[in-house]
Amino acid sequence: MSGSVDLDAVTKRYGSETVVAGVSLVIPEGEFFTLLGPSGSGKTTTLSMLAGFVVPDEGRVLLGGQDMTRVPPRGRGLGMVFQNYAIFPHLNVAENVAFPLTVKGASKAEIKARVAEALAMVKLTGFETRYARQLSGGQQQRVALARAIVGHPKVVLMDEPLGALDKNLRYHMQVEIKEIQQRLGMTVIYVTHDQEEALTMSDRIAIMNHGRIAQMGPPREVYENPESSFVASFLGEANLVKVRRDGETVRGPGGAPLVAARGALSANEGLVFVRPEKVKVAAGTAELRPNHLPGQVLHASFLGNIMRYAVSAADGATFFCDVANGAGTEIHRAGDAVTLSWRAEDSRLLGS
Amino acid sequence: MPLGRLAGWLMLAPALALLFGVFLLPIGWFLAGSLTDFASFAEFWEEAQDVLFSGTILRVLLNTNGIGAAVTLLVLVIGYPVSYALSRAKGLVFTAILLCIVLPYFTSTIVRTYAWMVLLGRTGLINQILLGLGLIDAPLELMYNRTGVIIGMTYVLLPYMVLTLFAAMKAVDPRLLQAAEGMGASPATVFFRVFMPLTLHGVIAGVLITFILAIGFFVTPALMGGPDDIMIAMLIEREVELTQNWPAAAMMTIVLLVVTLLLYAVYSRFADREAPR
Ligand SMILES: Nc1ncnc2c1ncn2[C@@H]1O[C@H](COP(=O)(O)OP(=O)(O)OP(=O)(O)O)[C@@H](O)[C@H]1O
Ligand SMILES: [Mg+2]
Repeated sequence: MSGSVDLDAVTKRYGSETVVAGVSLVIPEGEFFTLLGPSGSGKTTTLSMLAGFVVPDEGRVLLGGQDMTRVPPRGRGLGMVFQNYAIFPHLNVAENVAFPLTVKGASKAEIKARVAEALAMVKLTGFETRYARQLSGGQQQRVALARAIVGHPKVVLMDEPLGALDKNLRYHMQVEIKEIQQRLGMTVIYVTHDQEEALTMSDRIAIMNHGRIAQMGPPREVYENPESSFVASFLGEANLVKVRRDGETVRGPGGAPLVAARGALSANEGLVFVRPEKVKVAAGTAELRPNHLPGQVLHASFLGNIMRYAVSAADGATFFCDVANGAGTEIHRAGDAVTLSWRAEDSRLLGS
Repeated sequence: MPLGRLAGWLMLAPALALLFGVFLLPIGWFLAGSLTDFASFAEFWEEAQDVLFSGTILRVLLNTNGIGAAVTLLVLVIGYPVSYALSRAKGLVFTAILLCIVLPYFTSTIVRTYAWMVLLGRTGLINQILLGLGLIDAPLELMYNRTGVIIGMTYVLLPYMVLTLFAAMKAVDPRLLQAAEGMGASPATVFFRVFMPLTLHGVIAGVLITFILAIGFFVTPALMGGPDDIMIAMLIEREVELTQNWPAAAMMTIVLLVVTLLLYAVYSRFADREAPR
C-alpha cells in the first residue's frame, strides 16, 4: 500500500450545517500537505474523516488507492499527532511511544528497538521512564511525534501539533518535523492556522473557508497569486484596494491607471491586490504613470529589519508598504508626500 | 493569606461544632465512662482480652469482614458498568439512571427493607415468579440469611460506588480513548489498556468507602439477616441494650473505629484524584 491520500468530494453535515462541503484532495506519497484556514472552517473535521473518527455523509476516502470510507480508525494504519498531544498519563514515555506497536502485538525486541529509534529521532533518549506531567510542553509534543512515527506509518496526520508552543520551540519543532518527514518519506497531512508555519513547512497548502477549499497550491503560488480576496488577506498582509473599469483602462484611487499582470475584473468594479513588500515608496510627487500613486505618509513604524508605512492615497484608500531597512534606505516621516509604485507582475485584479 | 484561611475556618466552624457536639463528645463520653470503671490497667487488659479474643467476637468480626467483602465485590461488579453507562449517558437517560441510583437515599431504610421482604420472602414476588415459570421446585431462601443481608446491603451501598466511579470516569479525557483507537487499539484494548487504568484510583476509592460503610452496617443485617449474620455494630448494640456490658461495647467500638479510620486514611489518598500519579 502506498502513502497516497485521496478525498473524493467529501461532505459532512451536522444537522443543517454543512461543515465540509464537497472537498476533493489528491495527495501523492511523500508530500507535506497543509490544511490552513480560520477557526471553524472544517480542518479538524476533514482530518477526522481521513482518520476515520468521522464518517462522511457523501464522498469517499482513499488511502493508498483503497476505499477506506467506512473502515474504523484502527484499520487505517495511520500515525497521528493530536492537537492536545493525548499522551496517556498512566504510561511513561517509552510505554506511550510503544502503544501503537503493543496493540498490534509486536514482539518485545521489536518494540524496544523501534521505541529507541523513535525517541532518538525526536531527541528524547533518556526520557523513557518519565511521565507526561514530568515533561515540558515541547517534550510532550515530541513524545506525541515519536508515537506517531514509531510504527513507520506511510501517512501521518497532525492537527495543530505546535499550537501550544512558544515561538522559538515552534520553529525548532517545525524543522524537526520536516526533517523526520523527509527522512522517512512520510506523507504528512498537517493542520494549522499559523500561516507562516504553513508557508515554511508545506509542499502544498489548501486554504479552507466555510468547509470548502478556497485555493490549493505550493506556498509561493498561493501567497503570490491568490485567487480571491479571502485567500489574499488570510495568507499574510495584503493591500486590497477598490478599482473600477473605465473603458479599456482600470483605474484606482484618484483615477490613477493601473496595470496588473494577472486576474481580471468580472464586473465594473473590483479590487487590486498587491503585497506590502512589493510596493515602492519614493519621496516627492511623480507624474501620472500606470501603477504610480501620489500619497501622504500617515505613520511610519519601525519593525527592526523592516519599515512599515501606512500611506493614504486619493479617495480614502490606505496602502501598507513594507520597505526593507537596508543600507542607505531613505526613511520617510509621517506627513511626507510620497509616490507609491509597484510592478504589474506583482499585482492582480480580483473580481471582488 | 491568613485572612482567607481565617474565613475558611469560620465557614467550617458550624459544621465542626455540630460534629463535635453530636459525634465526638458523646462517643468520647461513652468510651471514657465505660473504660474508667476499671480499677487498674491490669484489670482492663484482662477484660479486654476476654472481650476481644472471645469466640463470639472473632466470629462476628469474621462475619462482618466476610459480608463487607462480598457486598463490596458485588457493588463493584454491578457499579462499574452502571457508572460507565452513566458517564456516557446524556439528557433523559442520564437523569433516569441517576434517579434509579440515588432513589435509596430518598426512602427510609425501614421502608426499603420491608419492600425487600415483599420481594424476597418465601411467598414474595421473586419466588412466585420463579415457581410460576417452573425454574425452581421449592421457594428459595432469600431472606433472614446471608443472601438477604448481601442483597439488601448491596442495594443500599451501590450509590456510593456508582457516584465515586462516575467522578473518576467523567475525568477521563475522551480524546485519550479516541487517540488509542486511532493508534490501532480495538475497543477491548482501549478499555483494558486505557480506560480501566485511568479509572483505577476511583475503583480503589469506591471499594474502600463501600467497605468502610459496610462493616458499620446495622439496620439491614438486623432486619434481613438470620441468627448467624450478626455484624459488629449489632453486637455492640446488644452489649449496650441487652447485657448492659458497656466496657465490652466500648472496646468493640474502638476496634471498629480504628479499622474505619485506618481504611479512611487509605481512602483519602485515593479519593478526589483526577489521574493516577
Ligand atoms: N461533533 C460536532 N457536532 C456539531 N458540530 C460540529 C461537530 N464538530 C465540529 N462541528 C462544527 O463544524 C465546524 C467545523 O469544525 P472543525 O473542528 O472542523 O473546525 P476547524 O477548522 O478545525 O477549527 P479550529 O481551527 O478552531 O480547530 C464548526 O462550526 C464546528 O462547530
Ligand atoms: Mg480544529
